[in-house]
Amino acid sequence: MTNLTDLGVAALRDGFRKGDFSAREVADAFNAAVASAKALNAFIVDTPDHAIAAAEAADRARASGEFAALSGVPLGIKDLFCTAGVQTTAASHILEGFTPTYESTVTAKLFAAGAGMLGKLNMDQFAMGSSNETSAFGNVVSPWRRSDGGNAPLAPGGSSGGSSAAVAARIAPGATGTDTGGSIRQPAAFTGISGIKPTYGRCSRWGIVAFASSLDQAGPMARDVRDCAILLEAMSGFDPKDSTSLDVSVPRWEAGLSGDLTGKRIGIPKEYRVEGMPSEIEALWDKGIAFMRDAGAEIVEVSLPHTRYALPAYYIIAPAEASSNLARYDGVRYGLRDLPDGGNLADMYSATRADGFGKEVRRRILIGTYVLSAGYYDAYYTKAQQVRTLIARDFEQAWQSCDLLLTPTAPSAAFALGEKTADPLAMYLNDVFTVPASLAGLPAMSVPAGLDGQGLPLGLQLIGRPLDEQGVLNAGLAIEERAGFSARPGQWW
Amino acid sequence: MTTETASSYRIQGATGEWEVVIGLEVHAQITSNAKLFSGASTAFGAEPNTQVSLVDAAMPGMLPVLNKECIRQAVRTGLALGAEINRVSRFDRKNYFYADLPQGYQISQLYHPLVGEGSIPIEPDAKDGPGEAKLVGVERIHVEQDAGKLMHDQHPTRSYVDLNRSGVALMEIVSRPDMRSPAEAGAYLRKLRSILRYVGSCDGNMEQGSMRADVNVSVRRPGEPFGTRTETKNVNSVRFVMAAIEQEANRQVDVLEAGGRVVQETRLYDPDRGEGRSMRSKEDAHDYRYFPDPDLLPLELSEAFIAECEASLPELPDDKRARYEGPLGLPAYNAAVITADVETARWFEALLDATGKPETMAKAASNWLISDLFGALNRLGKGIGESPVSPAQGAELLNLVADGTLSGTLAKQVFEIMLETGDDPSKIVEERGLKQTSDTGAIEAIIAQVMEANADKVAEYRGGKDKLFGFFVGQTMKAMGGKANPAVVNELLKKALG
Amino acid sequence: MSVDAATVRKIANLARIAVSDAEADALVPELNTILGFVEQLGEVDTSGVAPLSAVIPNHLRMREDVVTDGGIRDAVLANAPQAEHGFFAVPKVIE
Ligand SMILES: [Mg+2]
Ligand SMILES: [Zn+2]
Repeated sequence: MTNLTDLGVAALRDGFRKGDFSAREVADAFNAAVASAKALNAFIVDTPDHAIAAAEAADRARASGEFAALSGVPLGIKDLFCTAGVQTTAASHILEGFTPTYESTVTAKLFAAGAGMLGKLNMDQFAMGSSNETSAFGNVVSPWRRSDGGNAPLAPGGSSGGSSAAVAARIAPGATGTDTGGSIRQPAAFTGISGIKPTYGRCSRWGIVAFASSLDQAGPMARDVRDCAILLEAMSGFDPKDSTSLDVSVPRWEAGLSGDLTGKRIGIPKEYRVEGMPSEIEALWDKGIAFMRDAGAEIVEVSLPHTRYALPAYYIIAPAEASSNLARYDGVRYGLRDLPDGGNLADMYSATRADGFGKEVRRRILIGTYVLSAGYYDAYYTKAQQVRTLIARDFEQAWQSCDLLLTPTAPSAAFALGEKTADPLAMYLNDVFTVPASLAGLPAMSVPAGLDGQGLPLGLQLIGRPLDEQGVLNAGLAIEERAGFSARPGQWW
Repeated sequence: MTTETASSYRIQGATGEWEVVIGLEVHAQITSNAKLFSGASTAFGAEPNTQVSLVDAAMPGMLPVLNKECIRQAVRTGLALGAEINRVSRFDRKNYFYADLPQGYQISQLYHPLVGEGSIPIEPDAKDGPGEAKLVGVERIHVEQDAGKLMHDQHPTRSYVDLNRSGVALMEIVSRPDMRSPAEAGAYLRKLRSILRYVGSCDGNMEQGSMRADVNVSVRRPGEPFGTRTETKNVNSVRFVMAAIEQEANRQVDVLEAGGRVVQETRLYDPDRGEGRSMRSKEDAHDYRYFPDPDLLPLELSEAFIAECEASLPELPDDKRARYEGPLGLPAYNAAVITADVETARWFEALLDATGKPETMAKAASNWLISDLFGALNRLGKGIGESPVSPAQGAELLNLVADGTLSGTLAKQVFEIMLETGDDPSKIVEERGLKQTSDTGAIEAIIAQVMEANADKVAEYRGGKDKLFGFFVGQTMKAMGGKANPAVVNELLKKALG
Repeated sequence: MSVDAATVRKIANLARIAVSDAEADALVPELNTILGFVEQLGEVDTSGVAPLSAVIPNHLRMREDVVTDGGIRDAVLANAPQAEHGFFAVPKVIE
């Protein structure tokens, strides 16, 4: 019999339907894999019972010939999604012990589609980080190791680092992620898996702990493009509880998958050829261009002139929104309360928030508070939102001459844990290729396309027009079909 | 009317006269079933935290969804003030920490309010002191969330938080600094309250906190530029607003005349002590860091939406008053009194309708309402909404007077019985035989008896003492138990006495 | 624009995050590095450019005025660090 944890979402779903195995067997296999992978620190909370209950329900339904879209598929859930009755912390100390009485729209949809939950995945605290080193529950360690034999623990990327590590290590066939400036795509690239951030408004934000409301989007992370399409279909859809949710129907992305790009024009934005880009990344990009041509697409060079301002704009807008979104963590209604002896309400707030938020979160709240404060608002926030308009216009302009954009996902392969923690700016630069699409709300995906000289995965990014997830997935599939990426980390944990 | 008239209200300081400049920011609770951004109820007086959704409690991941009715009511209010309705507006976050503010920000509108410039005509009441009839400018109306409530007196070392009010919709109606006396501020508040109640966008109930005013006051030498103002927060009655202005203006004059400077600050007014105090403690580092709420998109209103709001507006108090004075022919005083409050106006119109002859009955009906009904309600300590007599019953009574069935005196008797029993006047007249008689034979027989019993007075009258006529009328009416038609009695008496 | 330790303490107070003097001092260069980075935006000519207001063109929906929520006090108070008599409790506030 096949090793069930070797199977991805589609294979599990189809095998379960055919009767090759029971959902319970699948849940047991992944629960055991989760339990034996503690060294990765990918999960904050394990929920084997949840996975088993969903599996047993799927098995019972199968007995009467009923299948839901994700029957038999257990998933990892990023700890940013509120899950009813299961601790949700956003990997922070300030929410430690917080048990929502409600289920986020996205997880409710996944569970309604038959999926079970293996556990709550570790992440950068409040989704702020690109290496999963800001979690209050410890770093996630990437299952990958450099081929130099040095065994330096590597970053799984962030903020959805628990998700990327779990899927890459095959302790979950798929996972939810969220992406504010690249938090699905960059960790996917670092760990050799696929991940898609849909158009802003495709997935409801209701019940997801907010980081930066105008940027946050949920999306799936899985082993391949088809699995992403399946999961995204289940996660997406209009939600009247989210005012920014798009009231559009969800296409049958899986059914629409095709790696034939005949007639498509793929834009190559020249501004993404940044100074000091490693030659391996450059080579990977060229390889991707060749794949696109081979798939029938026409390659056009395009210009996105404001690209270099995306990151600075992002580091005003995201902290500004975060400083306000995180004001609710005040020790009054839930979560941590720290009240110094003889302290008043203001002392309680200040102590709770100093103690409950990690260093990076505090830093971003302070930046956000500063840029919104009296006298600075226009110089920082208004300016950044104006630049954001220009960035969005750049993309609109590009769509005049192409259908999709192809870029590298990240400027490097995974770095070692601790390598960039001393310099926040160096860490921020990791998101240089992913942030522009976030600012413009565009669908974007990372697919693994090769390995670097150290044997570490590298990803290519596809960016599409608003609502053209199909185009993005198809181009991703075209790369996947040609790259033949089959590397997987050796199991050392 | 828009030009600034010199108000006669002045504070006499030791060094000369001072003029007072007043602007009001009124927070009015919008009448709605559910809150501005959540589906929790707005009903008053519920058990703590029972009318709270996860959105109102700012649980992680919760998001606001706008209540259309709240926007509709704010737009209708703006239209009633002749204000511009902004086709595109936005919600902003006002960030500050307080235990009654779960999100750590209030969703409000700073940069792009829903309603722009409008105005309110006022007529100060002379009883409140000097003031001019004028048009007071309204700068803007924006829509925002109310905060929760903190209770300080239930535990020695803790305050308690009730979020039932958290998220209830408010309109903040910001006036221009156009008022120059407490009487003008009082008139503005009364008129605003009247309009809100006509429109139905706010119940105007100041005791329950549905309407409260932030009072901006400054003083200056007449004709000079504005002085530094202070803001007295959350004053919750018209009387207190006027008292707070007087107190604060005098305080500022004292400060200035002593060579000091007025500090721009937030103050509280204590109506029990009749004095204000600074809230400087709460002002530390208030920097609200306003920015557009990224959970909400720009609010765009269609022309059709605004047209519906416009079409749904009732006749407003000033229009109604003009119609009452003009076509309906009511005395100016009656028209003013009846139209001041929408409930009275509605009652009056129901009364008129029920008479079946609104044109001819209007004046009598207005007099009866203002003197008899108001008098009775005053005695009973009831509002017109709790009147024991219905408009239909009132109309029946008025018709019984009009058709001669009841005299004025009898009508008053019948009305008293109506108040006690709640019975219809026709039933009372029937059962108690209170019908007025115009039966000349019966009246003549009584007159004959009266003349016989008072032969001396008959002689005196005939001798030229005309004043005695009233005595014979009284005696005849008395003998007939007040039920004789006074006109018939007059006529027959004149004939009998010669 | 750059911040000094006093400004950091002021911002931290606005954000209700306690910082020691040592922390404030350490934050000065960190925040200034980030501010220096974001101030690159000064190079961009944004005259006449409207700030982005909706990420994906969309307009605000409104819901009907119906009571659909509330009556869930237990859920509201379920995670409270301190709840008494149906209220959240906080250290006494002197107004
Ligand atoms: Mg105010
Ligand atoms: Zn207000």
